Amino acid sequence: MEIKGQDYHVTYDLDTATVIFRGTLRLRGAGEYAPIVQLLDDVVASAPETVTLNLGELRFLNSSGINVLFRFVIKMREQGISQLIVRGSTQIPWQSKSLKNLQRLMPALQLVLD
Amino acid sequence: MPKIFGDFVEAEYARQECLIIHFSPTSIPLQQRWRNNGLSADFLAEYWATFLPAHNIPSQHKQREVKGAIGYIANELLENVMKFSYKPSDYPVSLGLYLYQNEFRFYTSNAVDPQGVEPFQAYIQKLLTGDAQEMYLQQLEVNALEQKSGAGSHLGLLTMVNDYDARLAWRFEADQDSVITMTMMTRLAL
Repeated sequence: MEIKGQDYHVTYDLDTATVIFRGTLRLRGAGEYAPIVQLLDDVVASAPETVTLNLGELRFLNSSGINVLFRFVIKMREQGISQLIVRGSTQIPWQSKSLKNLQRLMPALQLVLD
Repeated sequence: MPKIFGDFVEAEYARQECLIIHFSPTSIPLQQRWRNNGLSADFLAEYWATFLPAHNIPSQHKQREVKGAIGYIANELLENVMKFSYKPSDYPVSLGLYLYQNEFRFYTSNAVDPQGVEPFQAYIQKLLTGDAQEMYLQQLEVNALEQKSGAGSHLGLLTMVNDYDARLAWRFEADQDSVITMTMMTRLAL
């Protein structure tokens, strides 16, 4: 599965159950984020044992996008997916600021900032 | 008589170090203007990075952090004024960014929908006096239950306060044509 926009690329690698975000995401609200939300909903529905979210190349995310990410984590939590790993980068400033809240929503989530 | 929320301080337009973006909210469709948010936010972040070493921020890591914060906050503020400025008034919109010794101050100015003023003022009063982190987590949970598309995330202000320790304040005023204008101040400590 993949979604490509002018400034971003989101892919789901089935073999590794990894969702990879690249580029910058400043889409205008729920309507424009709908395809990405659908991709993430499909990942949740496929109920893998372990899912990795790779954000290491996502240079910018607006608040509507943060909402999309956090919604995915909440859905995973409700589904009872046993392991969720979020990988990011200390070199991308928004990630050190905003991703720590993921663990407040889902304490079992593994957050790795390289 | 203006109505003030939070510790509002008037913008000092005569300051030497400031940048102001000023535009009409209706001259081109929102869809087309939206791409300028990123251009403007990235420009503001890059522009002000020049001044950081002189403000006791020599380290590359800290400079990157401040640039990231300016870029995020500027982008959110621009998105908000574009989405929520009251188009029928055709009142101009502006975003100004001012550098002080220990902080940046962002000022946005736009007309607001008279029907929406009271509920918004109630919300910002709650934001200023309540537990912002609790509000943030609750909003995320509520949003996750939301089925209909098109609903806003209501996370812009909450992320600025929780993730960037931004301090917010507002001034509302009605002009002689009964247009209600809102000036919002966002303070980002260095």
